[in-house]
Parts: sequence; structure tokens; C-alpha cells
Amino acid sequence: MNRVSRVVPAAAILLAVALPYCALTLPGVFDSPFNSAGTLQTLTLCLIFAGLATGYDLLFGRTGMLSFGHALFFATGTYLTTILVTRAGWSLWAAAPVAILSAGALAAAVGAIALRTTGVAFAMVTLAFAQAGAIAISRNPGGVTGGSDGLSLDPARVPAALVGVANTVNLYWLALAYLVLVMAVVGRVLASPGGRVLTAIRDNEPRVRVLGVDTRYHKLAVFVLAAILAAGGGVVYAVAVGGASPRAASTDLTLSLLIMVVLGGTGTRWGPVLGAVVYVYLDQRLTDLASGATTADLPDWVRRIAGQPLLLLGTGFILLVYLAPGGLSRIRHRATRA
Amino acid sequence: MSTLVLLTVTGLGLGALYFLVASGLSLVFGLADVLNFAHGLFLSVGAYAAWWATGRSGGTTVSGLAVALAFGAAAGTAAAVAVERIMIRPLYGRPAHQILATVGLSLAGVAAVQAAWGTDARSFRQPASTRNVWHIAGAAVPANRLVLIACAGIVLAALAALLRYSRFGLVVRAGVHDREMVTALGIDVRTSFTLVFALAGAAAGLAGGLGGIYFGAVSPDQGSALLIFAIIVVVVGGLGSITGTAVAAAAIGLFQQYVNYYALGLGDVCVIAVLAAVLLARRERVAGRVLA
Repeated sequence: MNRVSRVVPAAAILLAVALPYCALTLPGVFDSPFNSAGTLQTLTLCLIFAGLATGYDLLFGRTGMLSFGHALFFATGTYLTTILVTRAGWSLWAAAPVAILSAGALAAAVGAIALRTTGVAFAMVTLAFAQAGAIAISRNPGGVTGGSDGLSLDPARVPAALVGVANTVNLYWLALAYLVLVMAVVGRVLASPGGRVLTAIRDNEPRVRVLGVDTRYHKLAVFVLAAILAAGGGVVYAVAVGGASPRAASTDLTLSLLIMVVLGGTGTRWGPVLGAVVYVYLDQRLTDLASGATTADLPDWVRRIAGQPLLLLGTGFILLVYLAPGGLSRIRHRATRA
Repeated sequence: MSTLVLLTVTGLGLGALYFLVASGLSLVFGLADVLNFAHGLFLSVGAYAAWWATGRSGGTTVSGLAVALAFGAAAGTAAAVAVERIMIRPLYGRPAHQILATVGLSLAGVAAVQAAWGTDARSFRQPASTRNVWHIAGAAVPANRLVLIACAGIVLAALAALLRYSRFGLVVRAGVHDREMVTALGIDVRTSFTLVFALAGAAAGLAGGLGGIYFGAVSPDQGSALLIFAIIVVVVGGLGSITGTAVAAAAIGLFQQYVNYYALGLGDVCVIAVLAAVLLARRERVAGRVLA
């Protein structure tokens, strides 16, 4: 068992690293081969969101904290990087650490206030803070965020290897490195004594407090860590899509992370990754289906429904909550047990 | 002076909208422990139903508008009862799953509205008498703001009377206070849940139609935008308290308008600062036992 748990991740990483060298086409799944720019772009987004979902699960699935404000820290990473590079003329290497550390500081302030509440009130308060961030970004203070148009990352200040369609494969590897880093950090944290406290907080917080452990401190620490991981994802996302858009700060982004985590299975290592890959893939494919030329002969109502991927994803998610509460990664377990 | 009057009436009008959304949210959460993320969807259902009805009835007469608003409230009620019966009922006692299911419903619902009527706002027709301005203390006040305030006042009075004088209200008040005790006395609180959801849906549906005349248009994201401010009102006003919700809604609506005018549109962000200040001042135990 122990050997399997070590070999599987190594094999998965090797396979993912080598994937861009594969010229195969999976008919029906992807229109173009794995080493084409279009497919790699979709896979890059899958990997970034897999990392984000893994970081979010550290809060939700591992510690039992339902935060609706995760998008705030992702957006801080995305926007601060883009603003510092494009508006202030910094290099990407200087902007990224500043953006990530700022998100950590913001999380410490927001967490200190929001953690005065627990449970559903915590969800409500984090939602309110994230909404303040979304409003601030859409108001475009001083013309700095670009309002509803967003802001593009000045390609001249980004390393040449990360710019252009020909270099999509480098972005793919960058996203993969981000995902591996997040999984390593989360794994490391959970294996530490502090990580056991997090599990205990999820299972029975009053009891942990009775044992004399300061649960607020542990929750604040994990809140800040998750925010830093999200901001890192924001930096990678800004580089991968070439800028920042207001959607990054929206509540919908946090809700889609929540859906990914639950879809794959909360509190598991591969669940959030699986959920994110399935979610992002379906989101992209349904949007393509609605706008694609090959589907012009479809009836109007089919195109309208496919043009709203959240309609199908949301409905599927609701069904999953009732039919398979453990998520996709546990369906096999349930089947074998039954 | 006239600016101040205009700001006050507009702020109270906005507060009226917040109250209509927040009161239902607060009652449902106070009694049934359900954070209903799909509450904004009831508002959208009411808004589009009222918009549809104004297209049929003309909507340019006062009676046509009244019919449209009533139709919106009825549609919100029907949506809320359906959601409670079909989706929430199997999940009582599992709050995490309730939140997940209603999150999925809110995303799918907004997407369904967009698939049906497009992402753009639809302009909401209203009679000349609510588009006119009234002159109060030298200020030109749009009449529809006063309609909003009057509607919210009526709903507040009706809800307060219902909670105070009816047997149903007694069960709800006792249930918000201590549900286990009420159940131990042999009263099945769950039978009240559907009625509480119906009331919440009616208020939210009415808010949808009134939002149409306040903003002059209905759009798919109105529900979720108002829901977030309603959540702030609920946290500030205290869960399960109708008068607390009313006071908090009026205060936040007024504060938002004043700050927006005097501090260059920072009102929306400052409301969050108020929320933070309230949480810091109140120390621990925010919102009582239901969150413990």
C-alpha cells in the first residue's frame, strides 16, 4: 500500500510532464492532438484550477472551514501581478512575490475579523469581504484595474519563453509545477502535527479547544496559507491567459471551486484535482459547442443551453449532492462496498 | 437640504429592498437553520414574472403594475415552496449539503434565466404616476421610491403581526429561540418550515418586481447582487429578528446612499467596513445559538 501511494503520484507527474510530446488525438474528447496549442491551453487551465481546488480543499475538506471569499485572494494575485507589471513597469519576477505576500497579509486581516464567527456566519462574512473586493475592482479606482474590461499583462516585461502561442507548452509546464507544488505543500502540512489539529478541528472543534489548543490560531494560519496558494495560482493564471479580468474576483469563482472540490470528493488527495479537471473541461467544451461552426445546424434552444455551461454543471452538481455525496472519487468505493 | 431629503428617500427605498430580501433569509435561517443561497433566485423569478406580466397587462396603469407585482410575489412563493418541498426537505439536519444544493441551484438558476432571456437587462415598464416626481421639502423625489418604502412598511407590519398574534407566529418565535425545546413539547416545527419558506419567497418575489421599478430594469444577476447585501443586513441585524432586520436594512441603505454621495461612490465598500466594525464590536457569539 505504502509503495503504491508513492509510485502513483510519481507516475502521474511523469505522464503529465511527457503529455505535450504526445501527438495522439482522442476523437470526441479533444478535437486536436495533445501537443497542439488549443488542447494544451485547456489542459493548462485544468491544472491551474486543480491547484486552486486543492488549496481550497485544505480549508473546506480538511479543516471544515466554509469560506466564500477565496476568489478575493486569487484576484489579489492576478490583479496585483498584472498591475505591477503593466502599470508600474516591474518585472514579473519582482511582481509575483509582492502579489503573493500581499494576498497573505490581506488574508491575515480578513481572517482575523471573519474568524470571530464560525460556521455559516463565517461563510457569510467571507462572502461580504470578497464582494467588497469585486466591487472595488469593477469600480476601476484611478483607472488602475481597467474596470469591466480587465487589464492585459504587458508581454514585453514577461520572459519571452512564456509569451505567444508557440510557447503554450511552457505555460502548461508552469501550471503543472504549480499544481505539484500545491499538492506537496498541502501534503506536508497535513502530515505535520499541526495538520492533525486541522483534521481534529474539522471533526470536533469544541473538543480540540477543551484540550487547550488555540483553534483560532490554527484556523487563521491555514486561512492565510490557503490564500497564499490561491494568490500563487492567480499569478500563474495571469501569465497563462495574459492578464486579469473581473471574473477572477467574482463569487462565482469561489462557488465553482466549491463545486470542483465536492464533485471530486472533499478531503481527498486526488478528489479536488479530478473535480477541477472535469469541471474546467466541461465548461470549455460546452462553450465551444455553443459557438462552434460544426454545431450551427443544432436547434436554437440547444445552443442557448450549451452557451450557459453553469446550467448543466449546476444541475449535475445538485444531482451529485443527492446521489453521490462523497464525490466522484468515492463512487468506486461505494460500488465495491455495496 | 433638498439633496439630503432625496438621499434619505432613496436610501430608505434601497433599505426597503434589502429588508424584503433579508427578512425571508433571516426567518428561514433563524427557524430552519438553512442558509438558502438560492434565495436570490426567488427574487429573480419574481422579477421576471412581474416583467412578463407588465408586458401582458400593459403595465402602464397603476392597477396593471399592482397586478404585475402580485404576480411576481406569487411566482416567488411558488418557487420557494417547490424548492423547500423538493430540495431542502430531504436534507434537513445536513446543513453542509443544504448549502451545496442551494449553491448549485443558484448557479443553475441564474444560468437558466440567462438562457431563456439573455444576459442583458430588460427595461421594466411602469405607469407615469410612479415615474413622476413628488416635491417633498423642496426635493424632487421619484414616486417609485415611496412605493418601495410603503410596500416594505406593509410587509413589515404584516409579518410582525403574524409573528406576534398567530399560533403559527408563536411556534416560529419559539422555534427560533429554542427548536429542541419546542419539539420536546410535542409540536412538529417542521410543518412550519414550508410556510416560512412561502413567506420568504413572497417577500423576495415582491422585491424582484419592486427592484424592477427601482432600477428601471430586470437583469439575471440582480438577485445575487442584492442577496449579498441582504446577507450583510441579516448578520448586522441579528438572525431570526424581523425588527432587527428592518432597522439594519434601513440603516445600511441610508449609510450606503450618504457615503456614495459624499465620498465619491465608496458606499458599497464602506458597508463591508460597517460589517467588520459590527463583528469586532460584538465579540464572539455572533448571531446566537444557531451558529454555535
